[in-house]
Amino acid sequence: MESINAKYVSQKISKTKWRPVSHSDLQLPEIFATGSWDNEDNRISIWSIGSNLSTGMEDGFEGDPQLLCEHKHDGDVLDLQFLDQDRIVTASSTGAVTIFRHHQNSQVLAFEFLLVDPEVLLVQTISVSQLWARAHRYPCDNAPCTGVVCSSPEIVTVGEDGRIVVFRADQEGVVRVIENADSSTIHAVTYLRTTEILTVNSIGQLKLWDFRQQSNSPSQILSLSGDRVPLHCVDRHPNQQHIVATGGQDGMLCVWDVRQGNTPFSLMEAHTAEMWEVHFHPTNPDHLFTCSEDGSLLHWETSSHSDMPSFLQGGRNSSMVSRSAMAPAGGKQPLISAWLSGDSSKGRLETTHMLPSQTLSVNSLDVLGPCLVCGTDGEAIFVNRQVPV
Amino acid sequence: MEEVDVEPTITNIPAISDGKHMGFAWGPGDILVYETRYKASGASGSGCSFIHEIRKDEDIYSPILRKLFNESHHIFVGLQTIREDLPSKRDVNAQLVRKNPHSVFYSDIHFITLFSGTILTLICFLLKVSILLAIELIWNLCEVLFIDAAPAGSLLLHLLDWVRLHKADVDEKAREVLQSESPAEHRDYWDVVVSYVLQGRLEEVRQMLVKQANLQPAARSMYKQMDTLLSKMPFYNPGGTQTLTEFDVKWRHWHEEVDRCLQDNSFASNRHLELICKILLGDEDTLLDHKELLGTWYHFLVTRLLFCHPTVKLTELHYYAQSCMTMFLDSRSVPEPLDNILLAAFEFDIHQVIKECSIALNNWWFVAHLTDLLDHCKLLQSHNLHFGSNLREFLLLEYASGLFTHHSLWQLAVDYFDHCPEFGRVYLELQIERVPLETERKALKVLRVCEQRQMSEQVRSICKIMAMRALRNNRLGSALSWSIRAKDAAFATLISERFLQDYCAKGTFSDLDLIDNLGPAMLLSDRLTFLGKYREFHKLYGEKRFREAAKLLLSLMTAKIAPQSFWMTLLTDALPLLEQKEVSHQQQLVLGHGFLPHIALQKLHKKRLQEQKHNIPETRFADPISCS
Repeated sequence: MESINAKYVSQKISKTKWRPVSHSDLQLPEIFATGSWDNEDNRISIWSIGSNLSTGMEDGFEGDPQLLCEHKHDGDVLDLQFLDQDRIVTASSTGAVTIFRHHQNSQVLAFEFLLVDPEVLLVQTISVSQLWARAHRYPCDNAPCTGVVCSSPEIVTVGEDGRIVVFRADQEGVVRVIENADSSTIHAVTYLRTTEILTVNSIGQLKLWDFRQQSNSPSQILSLSGDRVPLHCVDRHPNQQHIVATGGQDGMLCVWDVRQGNTPFSLMEAHTAEMWEVHFHPTNPDHLFTCSEDGSLLHWETSSHSDMPSFLQGGRNSSMVSRSAMAPAGGKQPLISAWLSGDSSKGRLETTHMLPSQTLSVNSLDVLGPCLVCGTDGEAIFVNRQVPV
Repeated sequence: MEEVDVEPTITNIPAISDGKHMGFAWGPGDILVYETRYKASGASGSGCSFIHEIRKDEDIYSPILRKLFNESHHIFVGLQTIREDLPSKRDVNAQLVRKNPHSVFYSDIHFITLFSGTILTLICFLLKVSILLAIELIWNLCEVLFIDAAPAGSLLLHLLDWVRLHKADVDEKAREVLQSESPAEHRDYWDVVVSYVLQGRLEEVRQMLVKQANLQPAARSMYKQMDTLLSKMPFYNPGGTQTLTEFDVKWRHWHEEVDRCLQDNSFASNRHLELICKILLGDEDTLLDHKELLGTWYHFLVTRLLFCHPTVKLTELHYYAQSCMTMFLDSRSVPEPLDNILLAAFEFDIHQVIKECSIALNNWWFVAHLTDLLDHCKLLQSHNLHFGSNLREFLLLEYASGLFTHHSLWQLAVDYFDHCPEFGRVYLELQIERVPLETERKALKVLRVCEQRQMSEQVRSICKIMAMRALRNNRLGSALSWSIRAKDAAFATLISERFLQDYCAKGTFSDLDLIDNLGPAMLLSDRLTFLGKYREFHKLYGEKRFREAAKLLLSLMTAKIAPQSFWMTLLTDALPLLEQKEVSHQQQLVLGHGFLPHIALQKLHKKRLQEQKHNIPETRFADPISCS
């Protein structure tokens, strides 16, 4: 855990996201954005961890994220995505959807304390590029916009009002609205294919929506056969588009195969409280990361001798329970997947706690390459630059 | 009534005109004040329509201090779980303040310089930094005196470390001097050397003096002599085999040697070296001559102890502390709060330290954590206060209550309340209900806090608030998910009623995605079960599975979970089934008759009511069955 630094930032972090790096460069991610929540003045901020990977730092400052710039945000930042290298879309608790633009080289006249002549400095700034103020609303009130996902230039948002709205960046109006898509709150959304999205809601359902169809009803509904536990997060496998992972209020991690019917492929007890985010590693999908209200961030790693990851092996109705929450900080606990009907040595699931000790809720995480960033309710950001993937 | 320790400060409220009477109401962290119309004499004046909010603790809103609050919360929680030995507690808490003020703020100072709005912001920032440095000073001294509680010999070493840590400007000056072209001729050169001597950093002194010695080859022997003296000064080694007595003897020898050098006028020709010699002897007048280099009376104290009584014991400290403070400060200048606090610490009066800190500082953060640490080290004799809890708990409760008034820091406060065994839970129960719930996500977090502590009443109340809000916005699915969380059968019934009313009004069900997928949640309330089953009936009918449909309808009727208002509807639904071939004759009969008693009774009841109105005598009714 030596390579993980905590930085206290005086704002509770609700979302963190790495800025995408172009695949051509073999660069490591350097810049990430964060959004705050529960503040009187919420902000989105952009940070840099610099390009030096000094190890064994006594000081801890060389690796610390440095604030580049920030901007006021109206309402809690409930979701945040990079539209492209320079633009960030946010979902607000006021129901607004905003596009911010990050200017990397603005000229600013600065008066340094005690210096008489102002200097012209090149600084980074953020400005509001576009705003849809009442994307999500009730008839006489605002409804928080809870999730946003984008595939430039298309932006899809979901909210507590149960609507799904599609925007296009640079276009004023709304492209498409699915009214009353859900009678409960939609918590998260993700792209399944370029024309299909998947939403999860607070009565434990996954709904597939096909934008090619004109109807306002989902093309498929999946849910757990047991209790209707609200689902909070969803992520799709980067290579296999039918594999989807969800996390819910009871901290269970479910992996679904959307082609095959109604029940999840595997169920794993991951956390003791709500799971806020689940992410497959974008280039190494044998690794999965989850973070939760109980203050832990888990790194799930499967290793199997066959080509398919062990999430996909095993029978349709098998479910697996693995006790991972009690692992000591920093310890690895190998777990044999009991759900493999055949040889248990075919696959292994390892879970590691990534944070050094107990913290308040970890609200968000993002992973790109070997770098992981997460934000907590303890007003701290953790960056780990040597994630073993 | 007890005497007040310090005169209360008066705050003028500019918007309220002079002489007006004010009304007020206490809040959790502030006072609301308004102007009344009361006049002492004459007609009552006109009122003013403003309400003023007066807040004492601005600190919790400072973004800089928030970092401190969060880090200290993290360490506080860690401290509560360590139960066993003292050293680890010390280590844990040693991180608390020691790395913070310097690290946290200086990395941001550049950014703030660039972007802070006004000079005022910067001044406030610098003030806060100075307060924090003072806090660090006090905290470290408390650690040295109360927690480490070193025996004679080591005590001085700890005190030396303490002073060195807080006098970092010497190193900066030294760097400047050494980086200049000719360090020995720099104007600050001798200041740096003397400062190093005062701090007992004799290695550095020797290194500096070498440079001077190279410049004055003629005086080489004198410098050599000084170098020898400096190198021979004994420092106590706590880990070594030397006992305190042996060290004392050695030290006296050395002291006498230095004295001899002075009497011999060995350094008479060089006033600087003579000065150093006098300092090494601990000459008070010489030390007091260098007040600007010492800076503070406690530096003076430690230096004096270093060169006069290196084997000082903890119990002897306060004699020296008081006398040093008196000697150092002019008779005219009043000791500042910081001085009083430090003096109280030297006098081992822990309660006085806490009291003075409470008065001097705006925020309970410092005293709460200090008291907690001392309590864990079992140094605090717990007096029972009039209100039943001990001092530690009292301070923690005050601090946490203050945190709860902050829109964001309430989450930290929860953990503090958890570790207040007597009143923590009650305070938490009262405070947690008042956290505003703007979004579902926040409500979920508050709920999780309540559920983890089995506060079922608060859980129910929060879920009800959220469910009502959802219902008002016509989000029936959300409302249902909240009532499931709270296991609130009554609310689930309410929601089902809404659905059924909608059905009666529109003829179709809304939110089919919800009703079709109720799952085990259906069992939460009878009405909800009915709703689910009724919908299932519709589905079966739509799929033309009449036999199953009839069976279901029958069970619905016989189970008696249908609301009265729905009976007619159910009967109407039954009618087409009576005509279906798949439905068995038996089923038809039962269907037909099943409800009739109910319907008849209903009609009877209505008729009776009408009669009572018109006062018509009763008549006999025909046999209900023959009426069908």
